[in-house]
Amino acid sequence: MALPQQKLDATGARLAAMSLPEGGAWISEARTSARARVEAMGLPHRRDEYWKYTRPETLVEPGAREASTFETYEPTVFGEIDRLKIVFVDGVYDAEASDELSLAGVEIEPLSEAGAKDIHWARDLYGVLETRGQSPVERPLAALNTAYAADGMVIRVTGKAEKPVSLVYLQESTSSDAIFHHVVKIEAGADLTLLENGPAAARLNKVMEVEIADGGAFHHVRTQGRAHERRAATHIFARLGKESVFKSFTLTVNGALTRNEAVIELTGDDAVAHVAGAALGDGATGDFHHDDTVFITHDAENCESRQVYKKVLRNGAVGVFQGKILVKDGAQKTDGYQISQSLLLDDDSQFLAKPELEIYADDVVCSHGSTSGAIDEEGLFYLRSRGVPKDIATDLMVIAFVAEALEEIEDEAIAADVLSRLESWLQRRRG
Amino acid sequence: MLEIKNLHVELEEEGKQILKGVDLTVESGQVHAIMGPNGSGKSTLSYVLSGRDGYTVTDGEATLAGEDLLEMEPEERAAAGLFLAFQYPVEIPGVGNMTFLRTAVNAQRKLRGEEELSSGDFLRLIRAKAKTLKIDADMLKRPVNVGFSGGEKKRNEILQMAMLEPKMCILDETDSGLDVDAMKLVSEGVNALRSEGRSFLVITHYQRLLDHIKPDVVHIMADGRIIKTGGPDLALEVETQGYAHLLNEEA
Ligand SMILES: Nc1ncnc2c1ncn2[C@@H]1O[C@H](COP(=O)(O)OP(=O)(O)OP(=O)(O)O)[C@@H](O)[C@H]1O
Ligand SMILES: [Mg+2]
Repeated sequence: MALPQQKLDATGARLAAMSLPEGGAWISEARTSARARVEAMGLPHRRDEYWKYTRPETLVEPGAREASTFETYEPTVFGEIDRLKIVFVDGVYDAEASDELSLAGVEIEPLSEAGAKDIHWARDLYGVLETRGQSPVERPLAALNTAYAADGMVIRVTGKAEKPVSLVYLQESTSSDAIFHHVVKIEAGADLTLLENGPAAARLNKVMEVEIADGGAFHHVRTQGRAHERRAATHIFARLGKESVFKSFTLTVNGALTRNEAVIELTGDDAVAHVAGAALGDGATGDFHHDDTVFITHDAENCESRQVYKKVLRNGAVGVFQGKILVKDGAQKTDGYQISQSLLLDDDSQFLAKPELEIYADDVVCSHGSTSGAIDEEGLFYLRSRGVPKDIATDLMVIAFVAEALEEIEDEAIAADVLSRLESWLQRRRG
Repeated sequence: MLEIKNLHVELEEEGKQILKGVDLTVESGQVHAIMGPNGSGKSTLSYVLSGRDGYTVTDGEATLAGEDLLEMEPEERAAAGLFLAFQYPVEIPGVGNMTFLRTAVNAQRKLRGEEELSSGDFLRLIRAKAKTLKIDADMLKRPVNVGFSGGEKKRNEILQMAMLEPKMCILDETDSGLDVDAMKLVSEGVNALRSEGRSFLVITHYQRLLDHIKPDVVHIMADGRIIKTGGPDLALEVETQGYAHLLNEEA
């Protein structure tokens, strides 16, 4: 089917402005075929059904819009956690600022090095999970990433990682346009916690592909940079083996535009996948548009999936949730749960939700719910009548509202750290 | 302590008049009781005094220790020393009882320019007070009033009052829903707080509570006004004869 002219033009303009990075045979092949996928699909256009609630133009256009760099004098998140720290500046790995890439139970290599080799195990994953994730819904920005990402981390976990791997994304340039791509392979019975934080760039396109072998576990906690003007399109593609566990939580505050996609496939029996997010947006300090798009496919028996998304929106902030649970024929005893909720602190803010279930097995339990509501006035008055000022009372209720998503973080120290981030964000807003 | 003069209040939305000229003065250190038929405006009075939305004061005034209550935000009224034990305490899922109370105690202290309580001191204090009210330490950890029984909610109100040490305590049917033993506990809790500088306004339907918390003055409210004021005997009179004769007297 021929692409509409507008789409062809926009895609052509973007690709013309870029060139494929140099690399070894395996990665060059992956990049070339990814580029062909992009050309065939065309980059997202605002008339695309999948982009109905989020305008893709600024993610698609050739250059990144300017975004001021964000300075903070607070200690950064995860700073107190014992971790292996890996720093990226404007999307480029900074070896000097990073810890040595050595950790018991884990092999870590920059993509630039892995890609320079003629052959590498990452070949079986790089762009592979992304390609699988292109059906039944196309995700052209992810293919664009596979084609043009020059950096990232390639991580293989063979045992229980001694401590979390922490990816820190700094932004120094106001016009940086970063494209990077991580590959994570969790071998059977192995276990890794991956942390991510920081704005990364004025515009970010990030893909992470995660394969979890039987009995493996992957815990992912990220906080997305507080820079107000940054724009980001991120994808996580995960494939889960038997009895494996995948848990991902994202805290987002600020950001002009964020589209976080999670595409998860449960392919082994008894696997567990949880994805959760808390997004807090205040339109008063700049545009805030946050989109969580999730697609979970159950293709094995007795698996569990949970999607828990909470958004707190004020002063014209916009939240989007598109979440799907697809239960394939034969995926019996599936337990699927999905909840997306927004707390609208005023009439200017907006929450758009599209929850979907598609089920081809007969013995499954799937529930989903989506709500949008204002703050409970009775509760607010009760707190105030005890002397709690209105803004603090509101924040207490905001924290209560997002608690269900935060509870998806298993590690207590990390959860406490994320909560304190959230609290200080709220506190700053109180002035 | 509390002075209410000619207070007229309408429901904001419907414009329906609920309070039609309430006059009431509670002296420092006194306990006053208000009784009156259902729907006479007792809870409305307590809400208006504590600053709930949805009411319009069309006439009259209310002051606490000389300060104009009606001009203040609810939290300012609390800091000024007003406390309402709700007829129907509100459940707040996700907000821990302990966090809530510590925030409240410290916010009030801050508004009054006092130093905040350390978490250690706070914990010791709340544990001691909870114990005298036979409130389980577990209940303190749960979200505010969520899953509490009717009686537990009422006891929780009194615990909050004991922690916040207000000057003017309004108890709206704190006795309803309490079993006999809990009623004693709650009354003891209230009596322990009675002092020179603290006053109580106890709204109740039953003489029983007033056996435990002895009032100095009893008021009868009907159709948005105080129609009769007397001593403790007035409550006994209501108990045996009901309101009919008082309402007729009024008419
Ligand atoms: N928000 C409201 N909307 C409609 N009517 C209301 C509202 N609040 C109060 N009222 C009405 O105002 C009147 C007084 O109510 P209030 O709750 O103050 O009575 P009360 O004396 O406390 O009664 P009870 O003894 O049953 O607790 C009632 O007729 C009630 O229906
Ligand atoms: Mg009442």
